Amino acid sequence: MLAVEDVSVRFGPRWVLQGVELVVRSNEVVGLLGPSGSGKSTLLRVIAGLLPPDAGRVRWDGEDVTQLPTHRRRFGLVFQDHQLFPHRDVGANVGFGLAVAGRPKAEVRARVAELLELVGLKGFEHRAVGSLSGGEAQRVALARALAPRPRLLLLDEPLGALDRELHDRLAVELRALLKQVGIAGVHVTHDRGEAEMVADRVLTMDDLHARARPSSGNGRFPESGGSGTTSP
Amino acid sequence: MRLAPAVRIALAVVPLTFLACFFGWPVVAIIARGLSVDAVREVLTDPGLRSVAWFTLWQAAASTLLTVAAGLLPAYVLARFRFPGRAIVLALVTVPFVLPTVVVGAAFLALLPPSLDQTVAAILAAHVYFNLAVVIRTVGTLWAQLDPRLEEAARTLGASPLQVMWRVTLPLLRPAIVAAASITFLFTFTSFGVIRILGGPRHVTLEVEIWRLTTQAFQLPTAAALAFLQLLAVTGLMVWWSGAQQRQAVALRLRPRGTAAVPRTSGQRFLVGATVAALVAVVAVPLSRLVVGSFTQGDGYGFAAWRALAADSGDGPANRPVADPLDAVITSLRFAAIATVLAVVIGGAAACAIAYSRRGAHLLDAGLMLPLGTSAVTVGFGLLITMDRRPLDLRGSWVLIPIAHAVVAVPFVVRAVLPNLRSIDPRLRDAAATLGAAPGRVWREIDLPFLRRALVAGAGFAFAISLGEFGATSFLTRVGDQTMPIAIGRLLGRPSALNLSQAYALATVLMVLTLAAVLAVDRLRGESSTF
Amino acid sequence: MNPRIHPARLAAAAAVCLAAMAGCGDDSGGDTSSGTEPPPALTLLTYDAFTEPAALASFTEATGIEVTVAKGGDAGTLVNKAIITAGRPEGDVLWGLDNTLLSRALSQGVFEPYESTELDALDPSAVGLVPGHEVTPVDTGDVCLNVDRRWFEERGEEPPSSFEDLVDPAQKGRLVVQNPASSSPGLAFMLATVAHFGDPGFLDYWARLRDNDVAVVEDWDTAYYSSFTGGGGGGDRPIVVSYASSPPATIFFAEEPKPAEPTTASVEATCFRQVEFAGVLRGTEHQEAAQRLVDFLVGEELQAELPLTNFVYPIREDVPLPQLFVDFGQPAADPLTLSPEVIADHRDEWIDAWTQTVLR
Repeated sequence: MLAVEDVSVRFGPRWVLQGVELVVRSNEVVGLLGPSGSGKSTLLRVIAGLLPPDAGRVRWDGEDVTQLPTHRRRFGLVFQDHQLFPHRDVGANVGFGLAVAGRPKAEVRARVAELLELVGLKGFEHRAVGSLSGGEAQRVALARALAPRPRLLLLDEPLGALDRELHDRLAVELRALLKQVGIAGVHVTHDRGEAEMVADRVLTMDDLHARARPSSGNGRFPESGGSGTTSP
Repeated sequence: MRLAPAVRIALAVVPLTFLACFFGWPVVAIIARGLSVDAVREVLTDPGLRSVAWFTLWQAAASTLLTVAAGLLPAYVLARFRFPGRAIVLALVTVPFVLPTVVVGAAFLALLPPSLDQTVAAILAAHVYFNLAVVIRTVGTLWAQLDPRLEEAARTLGASPLQVMWRVTLPLLRPAIVAAASITFLFTFTSFGVIRILGGPRHVTLEVEIWRLTTQAFQLPTAAALAFLQLLAVTGLMVWWSGAQQRQAVALRLRPRGTAAVPRTSGQRFLVGATVAALVAVVAVPLSRLVVGSFTQGDGYGFAAWRALAADSGDGPANRPVADPLDAVITSLRFAAIATVLAVVIGGAAACAIAYSRRGAHLLDAGLMLPLGTSAVTVGFGLLITMDRRPLDLRGSWVLIPIAHAVVAVPFVVRAVLPNLRSIDPRLRDAAATLGAAPGRVWREIDLPFLRRALVAGAGFAFAISLGEFGATSFLTRVGDQTMPIAIGRLLGRPSALNLSQAYALATVLMVLTLAAVLAVDRLRGESSTF
Repeated sequence: MNPRIHPARLAAAAAVCLAAMAGCGDDSGGDTSSGTEPPPALTLLTYDAFTEPAALASFTEATGIEVTVAKGGDAGTLVNKAIITAGRPEGDVLWGLDNTLLSRALSQGVFEPYESTELDALDPSAVGLVPGHEVTPVDTGDVCLNVDRRWFEERGEEPPSSFEDLVDPAQKGRLVVQNPASSSPGLAFMLATVAHFGDPGFLDYWARLRDNDVAVVEDWDTAYYSSFTGGGGGGDRPIVVSYASSPPATIFFAEEPKPAEPTTASVEATCFRQVEFAGVLRGTEHQEAAQRLVDFLVGEELQAELPLTNFVYPIREDVPLPQLFVDFGQPAADPLTLSPEVIADHRDEWIDAWTQTVLR
């Protein structure tokens, strides 16, 4: 379980986050809504350990991970513009996390194949990342983030750059995939429709600043499903 | 980028013609004058010369490795963090690279522990000191534009900071590292002043030996054979290198605005503070020795050298070693301005020609680097026997000096521009084209913003290189006009403590001008992207 | 460099340069001019360290001939540039050929022989070095050991006064010399030991100097300013190879008020005589004017200026030395010498032997 407790971040004189509270339960995907500049991405970076907060704590299952370096947190992050490594092929991108963890080559190969199949890109191992379409790149980014089996997946506007049709299709797929993997997630977007399609529970940045506590009333429960049935 | 064939050819012809006129032809002429099969055979079998060649190679390789290793951390800190005084630090590290070795070498020697005098360690240390700026600026320029989220992505995938560096950052920086390494290698391969001042007579490089054979012993056949082998080695190396660089090029998504951020954590603040403090200390100590030297008077301190320098300006006595120091300053600035314009036009055209065409372009790239790996005396003597007929009867003409400076500076402009041009994602151009932009418009919208910053960087370097150039200038026959480094060399040619102090004073002026030039260029390129 | 806008301009620039290259073969040189020619302009080629005497203006005043002084490189570079351009010279007159390079330059036909009208007034021993009058001696200089007198006084010691003193263990680690392979004073000092000890005796002497920890550096500036204690650069060796004129130069260049006497002194017994020559370059288009310039170079007015501009001695015997030189920088009464032919024949072999002895 992820708990963000009283986190504040300041850039120069400006407070971007002030006293933010958030709890994400195991296997729960929380959708986080807010206009650009509202601090959504900053919060994700604090959770991922990429940005040390000026105040507050991040806990995982009660353990304070605020000082734990990013690479030891096992929190995956999918960027809006995917940030695939341009000097490595698709397979090496997906296998990156396992390779740095020193997993045997055979295991890495198997896991890469498994994840590529999971995101519908079977056999893409040796493609150059420059040759991928936007949707393909985003799926590779998702596969790459999932490959090292993170305990939490952070999604920063993962579908923001895609066209509407692809966006909606991928939103449905994403939801199904997250449920299939069974992972906790924080999904940041400015699009309420997308949030409702992907997440179990949707919060706004204002909720967090108002010291929002999880309650079963303002979101959906994990197994409620059915988000894919809404059409654009 | 698809360009009309005529444009591509025009882009390539300008640098090719320049290179052929002022480098290829003179060098071929002077080598052809002295070269014989016997001389080459003699050089190849002489154990003394073989050891000279071997020493030249390995000290250059070792110097290059050490310089790259020493430059990466400062490059990172200066590229990724904003802090007060950053622009000055960046300008300061550039100064040693462009100050003439005659004077910085003397300052370095004074600081060296006597046990290191005339050792390889002294040579390597000086080479790192003089070339650090090449690594910091070349690598830093790319590093500042590298999207840090790539590294963040790697960290969220479980890579430790060291693994991120090794598996993501360094591979992405490889074009810039290779560029910096190749320039450093060529500079140390043809090192002259450092070897003579700090290495002493026991450490002889090809450059020193070619100089000695040509100007002192006049054994032209042996010198020509050595110059020929030097040229072959450097050519081979450059062709291989630029080919490798082209093969490795990957389209990066650069952020033209730069990515520097204020250090946030105490760890970052410590890293920035410690690195900057160490860098400034290492760079500034020999430089401050120049300033202190300029105020040395008898056994104490005073302004005698500065008074003498001022008195010699204008109606100074004709029998002073330097008739008019102020005139030397103006001459230097004038030559530097001309050399910069030449280098930017030729280097910019060359970089575009190389970046936009597929076949053969890397040979142009290699060709433009050759002058850095060729001894100044070979080029100087070559110009002497080729620039003697109309319409290129330029011997003794001042124009040959900025031209020689531009020959040295062009590769720096190309190095500054090429990694940026090559790293433009071609889909950006496709995108612009599909949005209705004609090829020229595409170039203006997509390539030019990258090109402009890189060209300004190259211009700054070219200007500074010209200000400090000594080797080639000193071989050319000159009438009247003396540049600051030549004036400094002349002051050091007459005995007296005051002349030494004046040399230090003039070197201080040169240093301040270099700092000002580099700072101005960095300012021009905008506050957020001082690289 | 916008491909849409500039290709024409680029192509034009390229065309100009190509045309320039194509024109390189065009050898139709000097303009033919009509009847009364204006006085020609001359170029005097010399080494970097040369300081122009003010007297050159008198020459222009008297003859109408403008003289441009062109410099480039040290003396060795200057002469070797002249050799490689023999017959197609960069200028009309060359100043700065010395006796260690004389034979080589003469054998390459660099100069147009000319017997100066002033020869009778010049040092006959110097004139005798060039029986064919290809060049004319213009000045002399003595390469000698310099000692830091103050350093020795502070220790209550006598400075060395002969070659033999230098191998005394008491002088261990005190001498710095220049590499004869790459430095003109370094070569002169090695030749001085050849003249004094003979060949191969000088090599034994150098072996003993090596054992007495002689320091060898590449050039004069490094020796004088970085290694010598008396140069002002913080060196640690009180004996250096320099010139007999260095002590007066330290006074001349000192700030006001000038010290009463120099803190350094030359060691007369170690002085090797260098003679510098000037000559008309073969291939000049202004031979007659060039000859007049050579006469002027050895004339009284310019010769009198040489000590305090270039720190060399006049070649004329009728020109008095300035008081500063009389007091602190007299030329050696009986300097060591070697004939230019002997130097030319053995120079490379001696340098190699010296290198083997001292540096290996």
